[in-house]
Amino acid sequence: MDIKAKIIDEQGLSRTITRLAHEILEKNKGSKNIVLIGMRTRGEFIAERIKTKISEIEKYEPSFGILDVTLYRDDFRTRLKQPEISVTNITFDVNERDIILIDDVLYTGRTVRAALDAVMDLGRPNTIQLCVLVDRGHRELPIKADFVGKNIPTSINEEVRVRLKEIDGEDAVYLVNAPK
Amino acid sequence: MSLSNRHLLGLYGVPKEDIQLILDTATTFREVLERPIKKVPTLQGKTIVNLFYENSTRTRISFELAQKRLSADTINFSTSTSSTKKGETFKDTVRNIEAMKVDMIVVRHQSAGVPQYLTRISKANIINAGDGIHEHPTQGLLDMYSIRERLGRLEGLKVCIVGDVAHSRVALSNIFGLKAMGAQVTVCGPTTMIPIGIESLGVKVIHSIDDAIANNDVLNVLRIQLERNAGVRIPSLREYHQYFGVTTERIEKYNRDILILHPGPINRGVELSSEVADGPYQVILDQVTNGVAIRMAVLYLLGTMH
Repeated sequence: MDIKAKIIDEQGLSRTITRLAHEILEKNKGSKNIVLIGMRTRGEFIAERIKTKISEIEKYEPSFGILDVTLYRDDFRTRLKQPEISVTNITFDVNERDIILIDDVLYTGRTVRAALDAVMDLGRPNTIQLCVLVDRGHRELPIKADFVGKNIPTSINEEVRVRLKEIDGEDAVYLVNAPK
Repeated sequence: MSLSNRHLLGLYGVPKEDIQLILDTATTFREVLERPIKKVPTLQGKTIVNLFYENSTRTRISFELAQKRLSADTINFSTSTSSTKKGETFKDTVRNIEAMKVDMIVVRHQSAGVPQYLTRISKANIINAGDGIHEHPTQGLLDMYSIRERLGRLEGLKVCIVGDVAHSRVALSNIFGLKAMGAQVTVCGPTTMIPIGIESLGVKVIHSIDDAIANNDVLNVLRIQLERNAGVRIPSLREYHQYFGVTTERIEKYNRDILILHPGPINRGVELSSEVADGPYQVILDQVTNGVAIRMAVLYLLGTMH
């Protein structure tokens, strides 16, 4: 990993998650109709942390699910490696709910497009709102996040790496040079 | 992770990692099958031909459903309504279908080796849906999936295949697959139905259904295939049931923890008593559901391979 800068450190990440939790609650007026859906892999852990925060603030636990969008991707023909798929785990009914879709980095918007299709196949939610830890720009589709942890203007030759304790052993966000 | 071969011709020689990948991938599709909209766009734009030279309901419907649920375009070919009747050779038929630009071919044929032959005359990914008395790999895979779903593992399990092993493609695919996954395999049946030298595949041979029930975790009970002339190898169906039929009395006497599998269609009162076929020890309908998930997994892994 060719690191250019550390953008968010452990404390910063914790504060960002707290703010995102408050923003979600504020916009939805503390509604108990919200459900959190984390997108594999790192969105899942961010969603779980937001869930914990919301339970602390509101004293109730929102429903929580995990979405795997591999089957909805649009790049099966162009990718060099076959993507690994894992299981979507959403055990509640999404009809009429307010869904908060959570991911680590928003970039081209193609993963979010896939996620929207995947959620729609599970039912007809009331609303779908998008929450991302980092928005790095360069959208290829008309998609915009409702809740953003941090806007990081990047060049195409850079990458944003979110590292989380649950799988990477540390909490941090790095700006790195893309491998050639 | 990708499979190591771009065709699925059989489970013979398929490495453990590949089988593991297919079974794990099927878990994803098992979840898709529980959704209100049981369809994902993954194989959009891929064309798959189902080339069925032999009758089949379960396997053909299962493959067709799997293809539709992955959003592939499908064409069904069956001999009764095709130019095979006009004398067209197999090779010419395949060449013509190939010229229509298909991506995958699912083939069932009464002759062993036809899927292998297809790989030489076609560029498509070939999936064997049963070739003669050789192999039926997706059935072997769905049997293993169903066992793993119930018992949590395959390694170290004792599995006995009961019936006309000599004329069963299900038996052979099960033996290869289960052995690769580290299970202990036994075959059980009358001597006329057990091929000579089958021990060389690393399986044990027994001739008592009571022993089979008492000493195994799983029984995969094969169908007595009258269309494959099973009648000449046993005195009568009634006698077969008396000596080799799986009945509730036998299960309750020897092993109440046994898991019963059957590839269908069941001959009630022959290999299984009706009570067992509907009873608490069997997972026959789960096998059918899992079959769609397994076929989706195979189609996905081969269809998105580079």
